[in-house]
Amino acid sequence: MADKIWVYIDQFNGEAIPSSWEAIGAARVLADQFSGGVTALVAGEQVKGAAELAVQYGADQVYFCDDATLKDFRAEPYASLLSGLAKEHQPEVILFPTTSRGRELAAMVAVDLKTGVLPDVTALEVQDGSVIATRPVYGGKLLTKAVCSTRPQLITLRVRAFPTPEADSSRTGNLSEVPPAVSEDDIQTKVVGYTESSGRVSLNDAGVIVSGGRGVSNNPVLMPPEDMDENEIEIWRAQQGFKLIGDLAEVLGAAVGASRAAVDAGYVPYDHQVGQTGKVVSPDVYIACGISGAIQHQAGMRTSKVIVAINKDPEAPIFKMARFGVVGDLFEILPHLTEAFKNRLSS
Amino acid sequence: MDFALTDEHRMVQHMVKGFAQKEVAPIIKEYDRKQAMAPFVLPRMGELGILGICLPVRYGGQGMDYIALGLACEELEAVDSTLRVVMSVHVGLNSLALLQWGTEEQKEQFLVPQARGEKIACFGLTEPGAGSDVAAMDSTARLSGDKYIINGEKMWISLATVADHALIVARTNPDASDPHDGLSAFMVELDRPGVSCGDIHGKLGVRAGSTGWLAFQNVEIPRQNLIGEEGEGFKIAMSCLDNGRYTVAAGATGLIRASLESSVKYAGERRAFGREIGKFQLVQQKIAYMVQSFEAAQLLYLRAGWMKNQGVRNTRETSLAKWFATDASFDAASEAIQIHGAYGYSDEYDVERYLRNAKGAILYEGTSEIHQLMQAGFALGYRDDVPLRCELPPFDLDAWRSE
Amino acid sequence: MKIIVCVKQVPDTAAKVVVENGQVTWGDTPLVINPWDEYAVETALLQQEAHGGDVTVISFGGEEAKEALKHALAMGCGNAILVSEPELGNADSLVTSHVLAAAIQKIGDVDLVFFGRQAIDGDVGVTAAQTARVLGWPAYTLVSAISELDPGNGSIRVERSVEEGRQVVEGKLPAVVSVVKDIGDPRYPSFMGIRKASRAEIPIWSVTELGAEVSEPVVTWPEITNPPKQEVVTEIVSGDSSKEIAESLAGKIIEEKVL
Repeated sequence: MADKIWVYIDQFNGEAIPSSWEAIGAARVLADQFSGGVTALVAGEQVKGAAELAVQYGADQVYFCDDATLKDFRAEPYASLLSGLAKEHQPEVILFPTTSRGRELAAMVAVDLKTGVLPDVTALEVQDGSVIATRPVYGGKLLTKAVCSTRPQLITLRVRAFPTPEADSSRTGNLSEVPPAVSEDDIQTKVVGYTESSGRVSLNDAGVIVSGGRGVSNNPVLMPPEDMDENEIEIWRAQQGFKLIGDLAEVLGAAVGASRAAVDAGYVPYDHQVGQTGKVVSPDVYIACGISGAIQHQAGMRTSKVIVAINKDPEAPIFKMARFGVVGDLFEILPHLTEAFKNRLSS
Repeated sequence: MDFALTDEHRMVQHMVKGFAQKEVAPIIKEYDRKQAMAPFVLPRMGELGILGICLPVRYGGQGMDYIALGLACEELEAVDSTLRVVMSVHVGLNSLALLQWGTEEQKEQFLVPQARGEKIACFGLTEPGAGSDVAAMDSTARLSGDKYIINGEKMWISLATVADHALIVARTNPDASDPHDGLSAFMVELDRPGVSCGDIHGKLGVRAGSTGWLAFQNVEIPRQNLIGEEGEGFKIAMSCLDNGRYTVAAGATGLIRASLESSVKYAGERRAFGREIGKFQLVQQKIAYMVQSFEAAQLLYLRAGWMKNQGVRNTRETSLAKWFATDASFDAASEAIQIHGAYGYSDEYDVERYLRNAKGAILYEGTSEIHQLMQAGFALGYRDDVPLRCELPPFDLDAWRSE
Repeated sequence: MKIIVCVKQVPDTAAKVVVENGQVTWGDTPLVINPWDEYAVETALLQQEAHGGDVTVISFGGEEAKEALKHALAMGCGNAILVSEPELGNADSLVTSHVLAAAIQKIGDVDLVFFGRQAIDGDVGVTAAQTARVLGWPAYTLVSAISELDPGNGSIRVERSVEEGRQVVEGKLPAVVSVVKDIGDPRYPSFMGIRKASRAEIPIWSVTELGAEVSEPVVTWPEITNPPKQEVVTEIVSGDSSKEIAESLAGKIIEEKVL
């Protein structure tokens, strides 16, 4: 009998996005309650490796489509493929990681299948044959338990909200290759390329984030070069400060985040912004440096597992949510912290 | 009686608040410390149309009513008093005087560019030796052929060093039996030969603004620059103050609100003796009084604005609104500092700036004492308003918005 | 060029939103136009300024949504339409996307439809993609820049903000575009815009009139709660020197087994 619980494995350039494994983990828990196994879906180019990994992480059946038309994610052909498979096999639930691709894909599949999508979910439970998804709303101020009355229930899981299962290389499963659903001529868009290198850790996936706020530009000790005007000096100071943040991030394999104040001031691009109008992140460790912790920023990182705050103002609201706090000069603390981690983590 | 603001009023509030909060709030502390005006403020306010907000479209303005002017001032001063001071002198004291007393030629020449923000306007009444005692002023304007020749010095003039036009009051008739009747009002282009100006620093507050002095040495202005008739200067100045005071009242209301909002926020965050300090009754009392004065101040200025819209004389009501709001804003700021404790004493928080700014408003546009005398005068029947030869035009939506 | 912007009226982000007696409430803080939608309006206006045409702003909601529409009109949109159906109650994104698609088709000859990336009440963020799917048009979501637009040729090139960086995509029009903050700060409504908006008569289209294929919402929120108070025990790490504090902090973080 076909599995009732499906998982979409998100990938980029053939490599699976790690949060897909969290989704398989969550799927396994659901599958137990629906008496069946877990089916994974992966599409792209050269994705057989990802398909095999999916089995190791807990999939029993994997449908994969390996095609040049799917090399770059485009919602139209991916959605048509997934919708077609779902119509054929009638799953109860399809889980997706909440990446830019996962959300868009779930959205379009929902239209195809005339069903509902519950995005950015932080917890799942089953009641009377329905999955109840807990999701934050109003910028995280409230929690809802949402349900979808139709099938399949399409659910995207917040990244890092669910545990990563252990990979078991001895696990076996069934891999089935399927053809694409749409030909290139019928696809209305083309991905031309990328304008930034994908070298740095993305905020979404990062297990550790080191974030800088406006306070990062305030190092009184620094002497700026002579020929700069005030605006340039401020940016220069900020860049020096963010360099310290970057050094720590590098040692920890972390992503660099920023508060809205730092982005608005022009210290870092918007891509780094954590907060209600930036990215909502849920890393294991969030180290906030020179960030006061205003409500809008809190909305973006409040579900981080361990929050560390470094700020010279003991009254900064961030300390109320921090597991560990240091009231002190971040320009002195950060280099020592980087050194301390370098020594301990390399051993 | 409809107390509701219109959709339009709310959109105006939202827009001015957006400008003030997004563009000025982040940098205001820096300029306050520097005792300088941020160079982008005047051009930006001009560009956005705020400098002509309640002037008819055909005079280069935005065709909004007097209540919109008040609402804008409230939002501006909630960020910093210096923004509202711009409105008080450029719009309240100068531009509205042109609307009320100016000839069509004067409106074309002075009001239109002012409304568009192309020229900046200020008001010169006060002198080193004459504040409350306006009639004691020394500046003179002597008619010579088809020119007036202006001599004298004006002090504590907002925007003195950045303005293009000044509305100056000077003595044309030293022999008048009542010195009040010897004064006349003029528009003076400040680039005329003989005009000099300078900044005044070291003020307790309003530091991110421009306050200075103007000196006139045999400055020649065309006869056509006379506003109204000779001898009407005092009456014109008082009617200017009816409008300037209105903006001060509205602004001070915004200042009370700023103190209130800062205090509420801080009281919710700061903890002492195991709980947030908002739970303590003495803190609550301070906040309660701030709420009371904010709402009363707001109703007083809105009523004055409504009267202006109707074309009804409002000298008494505007004076009452200004007196009440400015005194209250000083108290509110003082209590806000108290709530903030030592942090309130430091310029890292905004409340100490509110206090320093608030004190200025109790002194200018009529000291609180002057207003007390006015109110008592009205109440006791010692004082009454004589209708003016030219009254402030009521708000007329169709007329003000036709091109 | 015919451009549409879809906007939603939501509670202010600064509002204190809580659940009282099982109902969401934000006190008497006013509703505002969804902040992301302001960016969408701005983008639409910029494209109109560059390529000519007109911008119509639409909203699917109740009478109060007229305020969001008026705000967009005051920013410079030429026309506004409210699509309303009081019986529809709490529509989900599937219903909304069908309704919006029907309205867009009724307007006809549309080249571009702009959305903000998500509404800050539901934080769902799928309506743009779903509306595109219903229309059968391409969706360009999370757009941070419109690099090229050729209405004559029916083509567009955009940059999208995705996890791996900025992705460049090109394709056909008509299309649906959802934007992120990087696209550019929204302008203030001008006073002239405010004057126009306040006297605007906004037509109301009913969903039944549109002939939209609409059924009961499939997604519901049977339970809504205030999030549990996270009991965080804050430990302030101290020491005699910055180096000592840093060493101590590093050790404690490692002990939490989160790295």
